Amino acid sequence: MSVWLGIIIGAVAVYSWKFVGHLVPRRILDHPRVAATANYLTIALMAALVGVQTFTTKHAVVIDARFAAMLLAILLTAFRVPFLATVAASATLAALIRLWF
Amino acid sequence: MKSANSVRAASVGVGIATGLYGISFGALSVTAGLDIWQTQVLSLLMFSGGSQFAFVGVIASGGLGSVPSAIVSAWLLGIRNGFYAIRMAPILDLQGWRKPLAAQLTIDESTAVSLSRDGVEDRRKGFWYTGISVFIFWNLLTLLGAFAGELIGNPEQYGLDAAAAAAFVALVWPRLEGLLTSVAAIVALVVAVFTSIWLPAGLPVILAGLAVVILANLIYRGDKA
Repeated sequence: MSVWLGIIIGAVAVYSWKFVGHLVPRRILDHPRVAATANYLTIALMAALVGVQTFTTKHAVVIDARFAAMLLAILLTAFRVPFLATVAASATLAALIRLWF
Repeated sequence: MKSANSVRAASVGVGIATGLYGISFGALSVTAGLDIWQTQVLSLLMFSGGSQFAFVGVIASGGLGSVPSAIVSAWLLGIRNGFYAIRMAPILDLQGWRKPLAAQLTIDESTAVSLSRDGVEDRRKGFWYTGISVFIFWNLLTLLGAFAGELIGNPEQYGLDAAAAAAFVALVWPRLEGLLTSVAAIVALVVAVFTSIWLPAGLPVILAGLAVVILANLIYRGDKA
């Protein structure tokens, strides 16, 4: 299979999830159990992303500069520091730790 | 933090932070053997970071013969966008041509910024501003990465990998209201991290989501009984 054909099929396949999700009928989504599940699921997916992005390198569990950056992000968010400043400060901390150690 | 201006600022900020990651994608894709056009079309049409990284990653390790498995990997990793779409649809409440357009912009970042806001109006703004902002920066910086990735060097040197995680922390934290959502978040994080040891990239996140769905439904049933 050519790369171009793969790109087109792959793009349609990835899009299909996004589109089908938007087509789920409103009355199903209004069901309290479905709404609660969707809420927990969304938070879970994002927390899982944070975990994987912070604590893993390929298939190893590691604690490195990213952990310090994450703690700083939590601290700054808890003190209501604006989003961009939080992200910039966290990235800078990770970069500095890698520079020094 | 609640005015339209702050929604816009957050959206642009998330767009830039995510876009910087697009540099890595552009560079990696070209290194994997795709040309600049193929790399750019992936960012335009597939538009889902995890799926795109998986697609070029599989081709990088398996060559042309691995294109079918690259498609399947990208497809499986895209499933969480479907869950986001289910969450976003009632908030956006769209008809006609806006629905397929919103679908393309339904990704981690647009959902996260939207849900970090209070009120339907700000949540809708958060979704659209962030979706469009990430789309623009992700594509521009994919192109930059494809052209110049090797000159820029390792994005980790600038802490860009930590920026992505910090962005999600800042977005999820305000949503952890009450004990149950916090427990859900911690369970998901732990499951994802430790299953990463065995599972291929992307699947741990989905598994963590499933674990929480099962737990949430057990607890929900308990409430009813």
